[in-house]
Amino acid sequence: MSQTAVLSHPVTEADEQAAPALKVRGYWASVGYRLRYDPVTMFFGLVVLLIILAAIFAPLLAPFDPYKESVIGRLKPFGWKNHLLGTDELGRDLLSRLLYGGRVSLLMGVVPVCVATVVGGSLGIVGGFAGKRVNTAIMRTMDVFYAFPSVLLAVAISGAMGGGIGNGMIALSMVFTPAMCRVAETATAQVKNLDFVEAARATGAGTLTILRYHVLGNVLGPVFIYASTLVSVGILLASGLSFLGLGVRPPTADWGLMLSTLRQSIYVNPLICALPGAAIFITSISFNLVSDGIRAAMDVRM
Amino acid sequence: MPEMDGGLQSTGSSATGSGLAAGSSNLVEVEDLSVRFVTREATVHAVNGVSFAVRPGEVLCILGESGSGKSVTLRALMQLLPPRRTRITGRIRVDGQDVLSLDRAGLRRLRGGLVSMIFQEPMTALDPVYTIGKQITETIVRHRGGSQASARARALDLLELVKIPSAAQRLDNYPHELSGGLRQRAMIAMALSCGPRLLLADEPTTALDATVQIQVLILLRKLQKELGMGTIFVTHDLGVASEIADRIAVMYAGRIVEEGPVADVLANPLHPYTQGLLASTVHGQPRDQDINAIPGSPPDLRRLPTGCAFAPRCVQVMAECRAGVPEERRPLAGRMARCIRVPAGAVLADAVADRV
Repeated sequence: MSQTAVLSHPVTEADEQAAPALKVRGYWASVGYRLRYDPVTMFFGLVVLLIILAAIFAPLLAPFDPYKESVIGRLKPFGWKNHLLGTDELGRDLLSRLLYGGRVSLLMGVVPVCVATVVGGSLGIVGGFAGKRVNTAIMRTMDVFYAFPSVLLAVAISGAMGGGIGNGMIALSMVFTPAMCRVAETATAQVKNLDFVEAARATGAGTLTILRYHVLGNVLGPVFIYASTLVSVGILLASGLSFLGLGVRPPTADWGLMLSTLRQSIYVNPLICALPGAAIFITSISFNLVSDGIRAAMDVRM
Repeated sequence: MPEMDGGLQSTGSSATGSGLAAGSSNLVEVEDLSVRFVTREATVHAVNGVSFAVRPGEVLCILGESGSGKSVTLRALMQLLPPRRTRITGRIRVDGQDVLSLDRAGLRRLRGGLVSMIFQEPMTALDPVYTIGKQITETIVRHRGGSQASARARALDLLELVKIPSAAQRLDNYPHELSGGLRQRAMIAMALSCGPRLLLADEPTTALDATVQIQVLILLRKLQKELGMGTIFVTHDLGVASEIADRIAVMYAGRIVEEGPVADVLANPLHPYTQGLLASTVHGQPRDQDINAIPGSPPDLRRLPTGCAFAPRCVQVMAECRAGVPEERRPLAGRMARCIRVPAGAVLADAVADRV
């Protein structure tokens, strides 16, 4: 009854002041606004864009045929006879091979993450929303995959199915699915118990509407952000598989494979041998920093 | 101004025809409602035999402290309690429809159409990833169909109805961009979007600060009168209750212990619990005088005492109090109390006043 004193002279509507009209920026406009003032994200976003463009237009950009070998021009230094970044242990132009190799690495990094996002995300949302037995069935199955270190699991699956880009991508998808599933499940279980789900039910929304509209809307954010961090892990793992001879087969250009074959020449020309590794490093850190920046910009509550 | 949904009203009135065989014209009739939550460890008796009625256009305030079963009663009216763990018995009729026997589709039509609800926390009851315009529009389209554009126009009307300044811009705001009071107004707009006949309000002003609280209360009262909605308002604040209610029902341990017109109950409480509540409020006592708080704490709903649940805390307790749950006694027209000290038959107001 602490309000009684105030209630004796109630506020009328006239007392409510009209707030000054304010300009409302849309969601994506405000995300863009925040990104514009984030130089780190902008810079690495540009790097990612350049890497992707370079991979797409590799046939146009490559100065030489990446598969043309030369017995006399092996492991030559930067700038030797127009080979801007030198040549590898079989005399192939390294710049061209790096450009072509980016295609495989990006493909191996992005496609498994997309597959895992769709499969793992759906399973996680269903499990998190249904709860009880359905949740137990899905999550304990995922835990079986979780029990192995991710590299070991990828190696085991690739090894069992044989090498090749396709099998490598399947292996990586299976590695990423449990992690995606867990992120989606956790987010869903949290959202499910929030007031607005009950409020939605109170306005007559059915389970399907709540799943599609309220749960998905709130879970997609964390899922996408996690997916974007997985891209760099995917590139690293794909390179690792190729390095071990379980990914792509020679002579296909791939950063991991190039690193593996150039490794033997490290005492002859260490700079050349470091280049594929540098490409992997730059790509992976750029993806990481960009996903970090986008996450910060997309968080409406900040 | 939201007009009544044609489809809903026709089904409602036809059903009312059959439901009105008893000759009443009540919007809500709750009879002997009991709600238990069953878990492996224990059974919680949240609501134990509650009966009340609300006429169209009337505001019933359910008053009680935390855990008295007031919010559970409200949620039972819309079947919002988790079905797996909840056991509901009794009878709930809203506009002639038996809520407890409705199927899923019937419930979806009822929720948000015939009956809608305002929640306590406007921050968490609005989805943070959609604009308030989108959320209101979605509800309108769900119940009435029609285009997004027409629903959006109606959403704008609703925001103006609840007095949100520069409503057109606010439609595109996210909940976190609004203040607490504006958010609660948006919540009210959403609840009114499909012209409900019954509005349930679960402590809608508790999360707001005092000045905004009064503004929202005045708005709710005004809208309720204009739109002729029956309203059930749950609160623990006597001041709020006195401001908005026509009638008041005091709940304790899942039972209504006293009911009656708000002015009568507050001026002349019959039940010792209501008396205790009124005595434990601040109303100009000297600063150094302690407030007469009710001793003890509410009973454990897993193990209710036999007899009157308030007996362990009651200052006027007698041996008979613990024998059995006191029956409803109606000493005055429109008044009810569950206390054996209250005279059973109808007596004069003076006589009751003398006794209490």
